[in-house]
Amino acid sequence: MSGENILQVTNVSKTFGGVQALLNVSFNVKQGEVFGIIGPNGSGKTTLINCITGFIKMDSGKVLYKDTDISYKAPNQIANLGLTRTFQIMRPYYSLPAYKNLIVPLFSPRARSKGGWRGGGKLGDRGTVSIDILEEIGFERDSFVPYKLASSLPTGYLKRLELARCLALRPDLILCDEVFSGLSMSEIASMVPLIEKLQMDGITLVMVEHRLRELFRVASRVMVLNFGEKLTEGVPDEVMANEKVKEAYLGSEKLLDYTFEA
Amino acid sequence: MDKNPATAEKRKERLDRGIKVRTEGIYAVSSWEETAYLALPRLILIVGLLLLPLVIPSLYWKRVISIAAIYALLALGFDFLAHFVGLVSLGGALFIGVGGYTAALLNKTFGLSPLFTLPIATVGGGLICTFLLLPALPLRGVYFAIVTLMYPLTLMRIIEALNIFGGTDGILGVAGFPNRWIEQYLIILIAIVALFGLRRLVNEDIGLVFRGVKDNDQAVRASGLSITRYKAIAVFIASALGSLGGAYLAHIYMWSGISQFALDFSVIPIAATVIGGGGTLVGPLLGCFFLVPISEWLREFGTLRIVFYSVILMAFIMFRSEGVMVYAQRKYHQFERWVKV
Repeated sequence: MSGENILQVTNVSKTFGGVQALLNVSFNVKQGEVFGIIGPNGSGKTTLINCITGFIKMDSGKVLYKDTDISYKAPNQIANLGLTRTFQIMRPYYSLPAYKNLIVPLFSPRARSKGGWRGGGKLGDRGTVSIDILEEIGFERDSFVPYKLASSLPTGYLKRLELARCLALRPDLILCDEVFSGLSMSEIASMVPLIEKLQMDGITLVMVEHRLRELFRVASRVMVLNFGEKLTEGVPDEVMANEKVKEAYLGSEKLLDYTFEA
Repeated sequence: MDKNPATAEKRKERLDRGIKVRTEGIYAVSSWEETAYLALPRLILIVGLLLLPLVIPSLYWKRVISIAAIYALLALGFDFLAHFVGLVSLGGALFIGVGGYTAALLNKTFGLSPLFTLPIATVGGGLICTFLLLPALPLRGVYFAIVTLMYPLTLMRIIEALNIFGGTDGILGVAGFPNRWIEQYLIILIAIVALFGLRRLVNEDIGLVFRGVKDNDQAVRASGLSITRYKAIAVFIASALGSLGGAYLAHIYMWSGISQFALDFSVIPIAATVIGGGGTLVGPLLGCFFLVPISEWLREFGTLRIVFYSVILMAFIMFRSEGVMVYAQRKYHQFERWVKV
């Protein structure tokens, strides 16, 4: 690996029809850190994650993950390299119980080669492994919750299930697309230690977030996107003191004056 | 409270309470009553199907039962693809035609007996159909259905126009089965094995992947699995079942021709699935054993046959639209018994 960068994104651009969703976005993520991506609505955060993980083909640019070029690979190939993602709008298998949801990622080539006997731990039983992972992520083992249909679970558990799906793949890097959104304050409070624990386990995290206060508790560096362009990057306090960032979030006073005059 | 003194200290409990302790996946069978509660419906189905050739006297109706079992294989494949993989397939005619022609050609050109042609046509037909449908696999819903419908029509015209494989006459003189008991029982056994095999498969780990593809294909890709690959495996399973049915048909009629690409093979399995209840696998099988004999019986009415057939189908769709077996399974799980408090 060149230096300590696990992910190197260089000049990624994407247009949807005439809309420039991303324009020459570049950033590096260091091994083991929590990297935040913030920005107003529609600034291209989710598009960026979709481009990195291969769910959307980018127009131009280059993504290096552990020094391998993954720019135009299929999403399943990228996931098998250990770069996983969560979805902002949760995508569980609603007709399956929570613990059976995890059997699908445990069936992947990566989990089967890395997770003990064909992904099923010592006994080769994927159900056991999936309940272990669910317990780690906050589903109480002795309750009914892991056995309930995903369609009957509340948002908080579904967000955790998204993370659990990533963990089942034994990832090195997780791209979290707004894991805190839609959660109550107490649910967020219980999610933050979980993120910290993942970081201590040596997993690198890239978090797209609107809940800045919680993000700044865990993130060491953040990047700000606005209208598909990178505004700035740095430690949270510096970034929030930046004039351009304030403009992006609160609107420019000059612009306001101009509109009043016109 | 219950006023009746005889039942005052009793309450009602669902029969399956002890069986479904926490989830459908965990069983705790503790008494012979509970074992019977689980095993009886399966036993009745298996024994009933095996008795069919014995209780039916006329040769004509025995033949109808064999045809119904072939349709059952198609219906099982359709239900599997539609409700567990999320692919709506109208490819019954394609599977039957490819299987039938494969078996007939193998038998006529190489002189292989049904003992060899059936397995070869199953695997070979499955491979051919999967290969043909490979470009259509990224499609979903009605688009996939249209492609699967075009293939049998196209192949039928190709055989007719190029006059290959016997042209419109078909391939005559295909070997039959050594005796009619083998002919009768083999296909029924195959149908039973296919039913219980598929029911087992959809609850295995790979079956959960199939169901994941149906529920949320993007999440399957994010889980590191190629959806095209698993769709191809599922299409292979369904088309192999259909090709086996087609090969069987060719050996029963000792003939293989372009009428094996007839749309009946695509449509009747869907009607049987609607009647029997989609997603149960056993429903479509029973639906075939109901619909195919009805359709034969209605031949007495001449052209009015289609009218009666439509009325029966409409009645089912309007009054029991979820399907008979979905309804029956729900009611069966609601049986209650009195227990002492």
